[in-house]
Amino acid sequence: MSALRRPIPRYAHGSRVPPGWDEAADLTKEPSPVPDPATTEVPATLREEIEGHMALYPDSRSATLPALEAAQRVHGWCSPEAIEQVACVMRLTPAYLVSVASFYDMLETSPVGKHSVYVCTNISCSLRGADELYGAVRTAAGDDPEFNVRAFECLGACDIAPMASVDGAYVGPLSIEDVPRLLDDVRAGREVLPEKQLARRPCADAEASA
Amino acid sequence: MKLLFDRIDEPGLNTLPVYEARGGYESLRKALAMPPEAVLNELEASGLRGRGGAGFAMGKKVSFLPKGAMDKYLVCNADESEPGTFKDRELMQKSPHMLIEGLIIASYAAGANRSFIYIRGEYVLQADMLDAALHEAREQGYVGENILASGHSLSLVVHRGAGAYICGEETGLLDSLEGKRGNPRLKPPFPANQGLYQGPTLINNVETLATVPTIMRMGGDQYAKLGVETSTGTKLVSVSGHVQRPGNYEIELGIPSREIIYGLAGGPPEGREVKCWFPGGSSSPVLTADELDVPYDFNSLAEVRSMLGSGAIIVVDDSTPILDVALKVAKFYRHESCGKCTPCREGTNWTVKMLERIDSGEATPMDLEIMASVQEHIMGNCLCVLGDAMAMPISSMIVKFREEFEAHMQAAQARARADLGVADAALTAADALSAEGAAAHA
Repeated sequence: MSALRRPIPRYAHGSRVPPGWDEAADLTKEPSPVPDPATTEVPATLREEIEGHMALYPDSRSATLPALEAAQRVHGWCSPEAIEQVACVMRLTPAYLVSVASFYDMLETSPVGKHSVYVCTNISCSLRGADELYGAVRTAAGDDPEFNVRAFECLGACDIAPMASVDGAYVGPLSIEDVPRLLDDVRAGREVLPEKQLARRPCADAEASA
Repeated sequence: MKLLFDRIDEPGLNTLPVYEARGGYESLRKALAMPPEAVLNELEASGLRGRGGAGFAMGKKVSFLPKGAMDKYLVCNADESEPGTFKDRELMQKSPHMLIEGLIIASYAAGANRSFIYIRGEYVLQADMLDAALHEAREQGYVGENILASGHSLSLVVHRGAGAYICGEETGLLDSLEGKRGNPRLKPPFPANQGLYQGPTLINNVETLATVPTIMRMGGDQYAKLGVETSTGTKLVSVSGHVQRPGNYEIELGIPSREIIYGLAGGPPEGREVKCWFPGGSSSPVLTADELDVPYDFNSLAEVRSMLGSGAIIVVDDSTPILDVALKVAKFYRHESCGKCTPCREGTNWTVKMLERIDSGEATPMDLEIMASVQEHIMGNCLCVLGDAMAMPISSMIVKFREEFEAHMQAAQARARADLGVADAALTAADALSAEGAAAHA
């Protein structure tokens, strides 16, 4: 009813779906083969790390996630180049690796800032103000290309809600006032909000430490 | 009674010397001196039920593995991504050797020679702790070939995930561990017969495995005396949301839920009341303030049509509209649905859309019915229970807070009309039309 009277939101090109969704794959193009080791350059340290992971498993394909993670650390994201290098070492097709990379939240399929700030916005954190916190972090980080600010699903730290994972380190409980200092600490390369680090938090169960 | 959390904050407990000084790895020695069948008997006698969510008897799960010499696998599920759950995190960070010791004993009972700890990628600190502890255990000869001259060998790898809730589902986890997208598999065959690399696989939660050394130390019969008959032992409970002291607490199963929420966690902030609470993570049907006295154990919670799940209590107080809670939960499952099964992929998406319509005043009165029926059609119709995990809480909210949903819908409609500046009279005709249309469709 009232929906009928409201203008339907449309994108600039006049459609209700985002531009680019219908850009079909180029079917005339051959699929990328497993890269040729003779012509693909892989940094020696990256190759060594991936081969180390592959040796740990009965089936070397199990090393896909650690390998992509390693390549992401080197390249900043799962770029075509990064995928090509992993594919070369693991003897897999790039398409296979892209299909895996696109499944997981922590593997980036487009370029991002080098410092990740994952703000948990799931139920427990949002009950304690996580949505406002996420908004504040986004605003404060602005368009600083150094930062990759994302709203994340439950990070498993509801005891310090609302919280964030800053370059992998959990901090909380955070208030909006903490945000500028959080970002300054990251920029300066310091430990982020040392007094709010989860690593140093004692167990809530009083009897457990008695 | 603290078993897992006994002096958990002792400095250096994450290192081998401190862990051994308090009797660590004695249970392993004791177990390795017994035949594997005797260890299995202790596990069965303890009545230990899985701490990950399903609550399946651990001893029975081990006994499902085929006997005989073959490659068998033990996988520890440390993907802990159920919203509200953070018990394994604290355990792995502060007492990683307890998990490793339990895992070695379980592998001995199951006859598994290769093991993996699949830890979620977000737990960087915890994975580092495990890696360091594993290194120490390997140096000391607890992990590797011919452990303590018992003839039992075990390899152990800490495998880091990369952020996907579905990888906490056991078959999704196995696919992910094999280096694929974490899509769940059709069951049967169950992992006990065909799991990792198509081999027999035992999968257990962190807390379950970490309890094993205690059971070996106390004896299965003694452990079974803790808690209540159908839910033995102690349980780590993660309490979060609107409580004054959120955190992990170790409780004996069977104590009143009120004691956990009010006694241990301090209840909601001053002047607020409990509106509803999730007893076992965001996947469990919600309970109301009237149900606070339910004993906290597997069967008692099942009797009130909810579940203990992962032991994560999320408390919501009366300042939060139920629609906000439902929308948060539904959006989470929409995001995490792997997309393999239609009822889950579409059902989670449409539930979010309908909740948003209720919130914006665009819902029709029958939307609540449609939403309830969508949940019914998800339940039991998918390869895994991710869809059910949304359907269960959403259904329970529609049943228990129906009046609030309806009031929310009407208030939102009134707001939308006011915003549009449409006179109520002008809309009545359209309402009648849409009601007719709805009747024609029904």
